[in-house]
Amino acid sequence: MKLSLRDVGKSYSGRGGATNALAPLDMDVREGEFISLLGPSGCGNSTLRHCVAGLEPATAGAVARDGERVLGPGAEIGLMFQQQTLFPWLSVRENVRFPLTLARNRARAPGGARDRQAARVESLLRLVGLWDFRDGYPAELSGGMQQRAVLARALVVQPEVLLMDEPFGALDAQTREQMQELLLHLIQHHRITTLFVTHDVDEALLLADRIVVFSERPGRVLATLDVTFARAARSSELKLDEAFLHQKREIMALLRGRPRSETQRDRLLFGLTNTQLEQGEGGS
Amino acid sequence: MNVTMGGTEAFTRMLVDPKLRAPSRQCGQAPPRWLALGRALPGRARLPLGAAGFLLMIAVYAWLPDRDGARAAIVPTLASIGRAMADALVAKELWIDVQHSFLRVTAGFAAAAILAVPLGVLAGAFRSIAALLEPPTEFLRYVPVPALIPLVMIVAGIGEGAKVLLVFLGTFFQLLLMTADEVRRVPAPLLHVSRSLGANRREIVWRVLTPAALPGIWSALRMCNGWAWSYVVVAELVAATEGLGFRILRFYRFLQTPSIYAYLLVLGLLGLGLDWVFRATSRRLFRWTPGGGA
Repeated sequence: MKLSLRDVGKSYSGRGGATNALAPLDMDVREGEFISLLGPSGCGNSTLRHCVAGLEPATAGAVARDGERVLGPGAEIGLMFQQQTLFPWLSVRENVRFPLTLARNRARAPGGARDRQAARVESLLRLVGLWDFRDGYPAELSGGMQQRAVLARALVVQPEVLLMDEPFGALDAQTREQMQELLLHLIQHHRITTLFVTHDVDEALLLADRIVVFSERPGRVLATLDVTFARAARSSELKLDEAFLHQKREIMALLRGRPRSETQRDRLLFGLTNTQLEQGEGGS
Repeated sequence: MNVTMGGTEAFTRMLVDPKLRAPSRQCGQAPPRWLALGRALPGRARLPLGAAGFLLMIAVYAWLPDRDGARAAIVPTLASIGRAMADALVAKELWIDVQHSFLRVTAGFAAAAILAVPLGVLAGAFRSIAALLEPPTEFLRYVPVPALIPLVMIVAGIGEGAKVLLVFLGTFFQLLLMTADEVRRVPAPLLHVSRSLGANRREIVWRVLTPAALPGIWSALRMCNGWAWSYVVVAELVAATEGLGFRILRFYRFLQTPSIYAYLLVLGLLGLGLDWVFRATSRRLFRWTPGGGA
């Protein structure tokens, strides 16, 4: 297992006693797997992100990476947030190169590697389509471009796990779609184990191998769903696919707090039979 | 129901029909650029407006006094101030005074900056250092600097050291607290990301927090430099043999009011010039900020 979470829970003690942010959670993530954590805001997704990244200790349970307990943050886990986190005083290229200049990463890849570093920075900048903007400052870029630079910077140290907390949440719909396509492209070429926090059902379905659906605060896992669309078929077009929509409807019912069985029972109460129900579903 | 409907219709018609609309003042036209809200003033309008401000100040002054008689000593004529200014520029004294005051300010201020900025960064970065340094600093910063002069003279005599020390004491504590505040204002996600990219604590403090806070620290330096000039003049008023403050006191003793005004002008112009230097450097160093460092 790449990542395993055992009874990971978090509560904060405040004036009104302890607030439970995240109910104890068990989860295993396989190497190269893309997992979407889907839930309403405030469901503890971001808390989970902090615990997995080692930025905040969990108050219960433990997070392990490759069987080793995560105690603090490090270059093995790449982070990406909704707010852009580029260093504003560095150009785009300097931002992407920054992690390589840190003592710890120099120690990991030592010796005369300057050229190789520069080549790596260049290939990543080309990959995210920012090579022409390499000398610009972050403030001169659009929101989507900034997030692409953040992605390149996260990938430059070859993290083993990528933790993305609503990374496209602040972007407009079209840019968002472009970023999703870029991420799909990246996933296809470098399989990186990814935890992707989102509120967007479409986004979760489009990107993930597996979706973990959370309830409202305190975050509790409602369901874990496998997403089986072929990787090659994943593009914005897929969002219009029958099977895609079917799964989306199912997830939305879950999120509304009405599991499918309940929905069915409601419909039966309104005098619909199961067959009618299925016909109705086929027609819509 | 009918009545309400009729009312709504009339209202809608009023909005649409220009003849029924209340006459409004050219609402389609944009206001002139120099009265627009939230828009930058064109660069070429800045200088004339600034000059006009000065002219206004001079005009008000010229209009004020009773030009002859006893009040000439209190509010001298512009001509006599101009003459005093010309005399001062020709005489060696002015340059010696400027040089002395400038060196005192710069020495005290530079020492304060060199010590206070790194300490402030540490206080901003580490809660424990803040808890240790900030309470005594807050206390000392509220001690008015002029009240320290006798003590400074006992400790450092009345030589150059005393004035430099006073400027140092006046700016060090302020700078430390302002720097710490700027560092604390650096957004937390920037720290989280730096840690996850593999930065150690030292790298985070000096390579992330410091550059992120530097534009703010720079404007703190600019403000403190202004205060440093007040402190040096106060110190020179008390005990000195040259310097702008000393000379102003001398002029007072001989009732050379026009010369006092001339020296005040020099002080003002020095401040204006230094402020410009700080701003220009900021624009150059901090081009990366959204406002372009201005």
